[in-house]
Amino acid sequence: MARLMASGDTALVVEFGETIDREINARVLALTDRIAGAQIPGVVEMVPTFRSLMVHYDPDRLLYGELAAKVEDLMQDLGTASYEARLWTIPTCYGGAHGPDLDDVARLTGLTAGEVVRLHAQETYHVYCIGFLPGWAYLGETVAALDLPRRQSPRVKVPMGTVCTAQRMTGVYPIECPGGWHLLGRTPVRMFDMRRDNAVLLGAGDKVRFAPISPAEYARLDALAAAGTLEIAPEAFTA
Amino acid sequence: MTAALKVIQPGMQTTVQDLGRTGGQSLGIPVSGAMDATALRAANVVVGNPQDTAGLEIALAGPTLEAAADSIRVALAGGTGELTIQRTNGESERAGTLQSVRLVRGDTVRVGSIPGSAVAYLAIEGGLDLAPFQGSLSTYVRGGFGGLDGRALRAGDLLPLRQAAAPDRGEVRLDGFDLAPRAANRVVLGPQDDYFTPDALATFLGSEYVVSREADRMGMRLEGPALAHNEKGFNIVSDGIAPGAIQVPGNGLPIILLADRQSTGGYPKIATVISVDLPALGRTSPGARLRFERVTVETAQTLRREHEAMMRTLPERLVGVRAEGFDLERLLKENLVSGVIDGHADPHRQHH
Repeated sequence: MARLMASGDTALVVEFGETIDREINARVLALTDRIAGAQIPGVVEMVPTFRSLMVHYDPDRLLYGELAAKVEDLMQDLGTASYEARLWTIPTCYGGAHGPDLDDVARLTGLTAGEVVRLHAQETYHVYCIGFLPGWAYLGETVAALDLPRRQSPRVKVPMGTVCTAQRMTGVYPIECPGGWHLLGRTPVRMFDMRRDNAVLLGAGDKVRFAPISPAEYARLDALAAAGTLEIAPEAFTA
Repeated sequence: MTAALKVIQPGMQTTVQDLGRTGGQSLGIPVSGAMDATALRAANVVVGNPQDTAGLEIALAGPTLEAAADSIRVALAGGTGELTIQRTNGESERAGTLQSVRLVRGDTVRVGSIPGSAVAYLAIEGGLDLAPFQGSLSTYVRGGFGGLDGRALRAGDLLPLRQAAAPDRGEVRLDGFDLAPRAANRVVLGPQDDYFTPDALATFLGSEYVVSREADRMGMRLEGPALAHNEKGFNIVSDGIAPGAIQVPGNGLPIILLADRQSTGGYPKIATVISVDLPALGRTSPGARLRFERVTVETAQTLRREHEAMMRTLPERLVGVRAEGFDLERLLKENLVSGVIDGHADPHRQHH
């Protein structure tokens, strides 16, 4: 069962487990929805992660004991009921200059580059958690055949939009940043764009697929994205 | 004509900060905000602003700014820093920390070094006329958003102001307000204190640590006795990070996570510095010695409520700035004619 813990005097942690597991993650998301629905005065914001929920609160308005009691109540009969998720299709140009590690990944996994692309693009990924960077989504899991540790030497700079993988997770770098994952390709879709009302595209619990595109199509869509006119909308998905 | 503060010299790392950006942590957007929230709030009180108004956070050495508005009222808070004001008529004046000063068009104000603190704040009456991102003006340089174009100030920048002129009134000072760094930091243990050996917990609470050079707005790495993880190891599946969380990676050396901390992370957190002690930590410089003292979450929250109650009384504690041996009204009247106010009334210049 879940454990409630204090992290200092401004955050409460509800820990459902210590592993990466969709059942655990579904319970985290279900509790997030319930607490949001309860509109508890003094709750500032919530951060659902793989296996726990952090509730940030204002101790000038709400004490730890009061919040813990409310959360215990809301955890009664907490299910993992199916929910209507958003399914995003992320166009991705694999290999070449956009995915400089594709050939390495093929070599390390004993597959051809084409097979790596097919296996990466065939899965529907679950957004476990958003964190680490503005708009960084932890997507899982990749098929076991693509399982690789992180690169031995991280790169100092990875371009925004680069699609990468490590440890059966995959993700898209939302801004230019250092990175230790294997770079498979690049999407023209901005995962973080301050010009949009939804500056961060994905949310925890969403579903994501990658769709291979050509370098020419990448260039066309990237020009639209740079101008802020690339439309991307999710489909409904019953999880 | 728009009202602005013109940046003549930017200082080491001067950024716009308020009390932080909440609501975006579930999207990976850090809270940011003032490293020393108490100092920013106090500086705002001195210029008559709401305490959460954005001001300039100054690290190490401050900027020189020029008043490009009819008049502007500012106040500095942090360490024993002071403002040097250069008037257009050639006069120069000084104003200490937590004292308001009024600039008129063409005057420059220099912050200089800030002895006794890692950060200082310049509050500006009426605040800055910048567009908030997700409800806050706090600058997050790594993400390139907030403040002025998501970056530190540069020479030549114009900081637009919301107020074209600062009303004429007596200048004020906040006395007896402690903005010193402290060695003792109170912590609540956890949330992952069960990842450490009993010896490691005793070492953590019984040792002195030194703030290393690797200290910035994101966090401060400490040097001192290493803390051993137990058989559960040092890799955890990423979870949320509270302000002041003390994470311990594989080398056993604690890192305290501060304003620009990421919203989630993957190392065990042995303890969390309590919220009333975070501002003092924010003003602590590399080389300083720190100790940790355990308190309960209930004690931490009682202290926080006392602190907030005290902060609400700050406006009542303001005192008028008087020059010794002078009638304040007369001094103000005479000096305002030439645009000069000198609260310290330097004896060598009393007859100007």
